[in-house]
Amino acid sequence: MVYLTRKAEFSASHYYHNPDFTPEENRRVFGKCNNPHGHGHNYTLEVTVKGEVDPRSGFVVDLKQLKEVMHREVLDAMDHRFLNKEVPEFLHQIPTTENIAIAIWQRLASKLASAKLHRVRVYETPDLFVDFYGEA
Amino acid sequence: MKAHLSRRYLISASHRLHSEAMSEAENQTTYGKCNNPFGHGHNYTIEVTVSGQVDEKTGMVCNLTDLDGFIKREVLTRYGHENLNMLPEFAQEVPTTENLCIQIYEIVQRGFHFAHLERVGLEETMMNSFEYKG
Repeated sequence: MVYLTRKAEFSASHYYHNPDFTPEENRRVFGKCNNPHGHGHNYTLEVTVKGEVDPRSGFVVDLKQLKEVMHREVLDAMDHRFLNKEVPEFLHQIPTTENIAIAIWQRLASKLASAKLHRVRVYETPDLFVDFYGEA
Repeated sequence: MKAHLSRRYLISASHRLHSEAMSEAENQTTYGKCNNPFGHGHNYTIEVTVSGQVDEKTGMVCNLTDLDGFIKREVLTRYGHENLNMLPEFAQEVPTTENLCIQIYEIVQRGFHFAHLERVGLEETMMNSFEYKG
């Protein structure tokens, strides 16, 4: 089994708000991230797939294909977007780094041809990142 | 759904690697430059990984302000700009990065209860890094 990781970057804005919370509660729980006008990050995405090396191609996965899927499923939807308003998953779910990693996993998992998705890592900043392994 | 959240923190501290259990010559051979009696320092990077179910109300494994507050209070103020050899936990133990990594893990494991501690990573320099999972 070999693991292959492909990186990508996207920039997007978001804010944290739960409509079931009072305004005070939203401010207390989410702090500055509750600003309704949003704020932004340069996100780094790392997608790790795993599989056996194909004896004919020597590849775990066709990198070109992986790159295309990441572009189509993730970057086209999230890059230079206001996540809360433009990405369907986040119309009713808070676009935290945790939820972004889960949403990216769900967008990619069924679209990969040969290799199996192992991990989605999303860096919100170089000092903060979330890993999702598809665990319930 | 279960996710892992990792956060990186910086501390600067000094230490000297010297074991009372060894002779002077042995200390010198084992620790080399790190045995310098006046000590030397590093910029350490701590990487703390916690895990848990993503809370549906907040979208979070745990609130970052709780994790940051705990680490700042219990780890960064304890070790930042200190001479590690002067601290009680290193009175009998050599303050290697291995041992510091274990100490930090134990502090978080004992005191932080908002999420499950997975691991503590500690980079002494860009070239050397350690991790402890309990």
